[in-house]
Amino acid sequence: MKNGVGVPQNIVLFGGTSDIGQAVLREIVKPGVSNVSLVCRNVDTGSLFAEELGALSPDVSIDVVRFDASDATAMPAIVQEVSSEGRDIDVAIVAHGVLNEGFDYYRDPAAVAEVMDVNATGTMSLLLALAARMREQGYGRIVLLSSVAGVRVRKSNPVYGASKAAVDSFAVALDHDLVGTGVSVLVVRPGFVTTKMTEGMKKAPFSTTADAVAKVVAGAVNGSKTVVYAPSILEYVFAVFRLLPQAVWRRLPLG
Amino acid sequence: MTKERLSGWGRTAWTVSETVRPTSEQEIRQVVGTASSRGVIPRGLGRSYGAAAQNAGGQVLMMAGAPVGADYSLDQASGVVTAPGGMSLDEVLKRAVPAGWFVPVTPGTRFVTVGGAIGSDIHGKNHHFDGSFGQHVRRMRVLLSSGETVDLTPDSNPEWFWATVGGMGLTGVVLDADIRMLPIESSRVRVETERLPDFDSVVAAMSSDGEDDTYRYSVSWVDLVATGKSMGRGVLTRGDHAKASEVSSGDPLAYDPKVRLAAPGWVPNQLLNKLSIKAFNEVWYRKAPASRHVGIESIPAFFHPLDGVRQWNTLYGRQGFIQYQFIVPLDQVEVLRRVIETFAGQGVASFLAVLKRMGEQNRAPMSFPTEGWTLTLDMAAGIKGLPELLARVDTMVLDAGGRHYLAKDSHVSPTAVRRGYPMLSSWQKTRAEMDPSGSWNSDLARRLALLDTGRMQ
Repeated sequence: MKNGVGVPQNIVLFGGTSDIGQAVLREIVKPGVSNVSLVCRNVDTGSLFAEELGALSPDVSIDVVRFDASDATAMPAIVQEVSSEGRDIDVAIVAHGVLNEGFDYYRDPAAVAEVMDVNATGTMSLLLALAARMREQGYGRIVLLSSVAGVRVRKSNPVYGASKAAVDSFAVALDHDLVGTGVSVLVVRPGFVTTKMTEGMKKAPFSTTADAVAKVVAGAVNGSKTVVYAPSILEYVFAVFRLLPQAVWRRLPLG
Repeated sequence: MTKERLSGWGRTAWTVSETVRPTSEQEIRQVVGTASSRGVIPRGLGRSYGAAAQNAGGQVLMMAGAPVGADYSLDQASGVVTAPGGMSLDEVLKRAVPAGWFVPVTPGTRFVTVGGAIGSDIHGKNHHFDGSFGQHVRRMRVLLSSGETVDLTPDSNPEWFWATVGGMGLTGVVLDADIRMLPIESSRVRVETERLPDFDSVVAAMSSDGEDDTYRYSVSWVDLVATGKSMGRGVLTRGDHAKASEVSSGDPLAYDPKVRLAAPGWVPNQLLNKLSIKAFNEVWYRKAPASRHVGIESIPAFFHPLDGVRQWNTLYGRQGFIQYQFIVPLDQVEVLRRVIETFAGQGVASFLAVLKRMGEQNRAPMSFPTEGWTLTLDMAAGIKGLPELLARVDTMVLDAGGRHYLAKDSHVSPTAVRRGYPMLSSWQKTRAEMDPSGSWNSDLARRLALLDTGRMQ
């Protein structure tokens, strides 16, 4: 149950080793939180963060759960596992994903499947499983870490962009479907975030940090918005970008 | 059945429940008999501030005004009123006052139901004199989750009776109740008003070794915004029902409560900010007479001033607000002072803060009042850093042997309720006897793990 001052009692982070996901937890774990579940592929790395978070918030019980983000069929069972013993999921943060920057898809077209399985198919299955559970609860907030890369897909990593476009537009429609159920989805669209995922990449304009994204999430998680950008100025930048004719977009050094 | 978004009076922590407006006892039986694992909770007029009368994903029985239970009747000889559980104290007063009877206990609003008054074991300005609502209930008929109805009295089945008093609706539905009323000669109240320049003088004036015990009603408004020498200054009001001879003209028992104003439909989050609250507190203090003054007031003016503004709870805007009410033992005045300083030091401005000395505890294990000082303050729910601040204050209260009022609560932890209510496990045992199928549940119960007998952290 969330309380009257906006603190959720039970939080689940999918992508427990994600820099942004961890930053969000540092921001929203406050007195009143009872349980945090870190769901991740690498349980050992997840446990390191569990220790760090436990030291910051000694009253919170933290567990680490293993999952395979590419296995869409396993998602209902994972959701059941993190909400066992009647424990509701007040806030679920979905932060996992693969980038595969610089990968040569022309040489290995089939590698598209791996990115789509994790970023799109698996995540959609997870969002549906979470929504089903939260509908039973009569409330809940799902936070999806999307990307501006899905708003206007760039030629430099079209597979990543397309996977984000798919899951992003799916999540917006899911939120629409959930109107009146007490459950809602918050789609977060960060710009370029300097994290271990983007290490070594050239920074894009308006680049931001995981902590800054976390502050945006913390500000919106108790509100009713469906989409937020981080930093917020990107909302206006991408309002223009998404409408630019392809002929103009091609001439910009942003592709 | 419809899905409805519900919150408490504080307008925070909204969730969606399936609401049922029962038209017969049979319908209630059917709802409870077919409840899902999310359970059922009765709701009255939704005046508890937190999530006591909502049930996310489950069902809510909307009992206010429901045509179930015995009809209203008054035995003029004994002064006992029989009222349906869904009847408001407003309706009871409209019928009883002209006949010369007053409700034994009223909270700051008359828009609570009889069932809610029992479930929260409400108290009023006369707690030090008359105790809480449950002590004036002679009998109540409760519908259990088995579908059976039982007549509970303090003598015939004390455990079940006192588990329902203060049981937050988690033992069953109060169908109707017999309430021992207070005889009155007039519908007016003789009120003594006194302005007190600082917190020490407020406490001294209200302490048990002074004259406070000679007044039936006693409460003090305190200014939690004033700092320095004026910290905790207050306006003490005390009184009793006026005699017929004190009413200058007309029928002394004439009673005509009116809701005068409505709060505007849309309010920005910042309307009640630190400056406007400070100004309000200054005016409130200044408008009280500088020296002790005796006046005659109407029942609504003395007991239910905020009922004059319909939906005043929207004044905090969309963020909603929380009402923080706690009690500490009589010898813990220093803790009260530290709590006030902590809130003021963090810039938390309270629109209305109220201090009262409570009398002895009754037999209900989950009843809030114990002998001590209770302080009530409200604050905007969106204040930055509020969760951390409240956690600190909660610890101060609990360390002093105090507790929080569940009808007001919207944030304390499962641990806090276990520390504050040492009788919780005995209540849980009785509750489980009354509800073996575990059919009652609420958002409050879920957040505080009230039904979780294993969790004794």
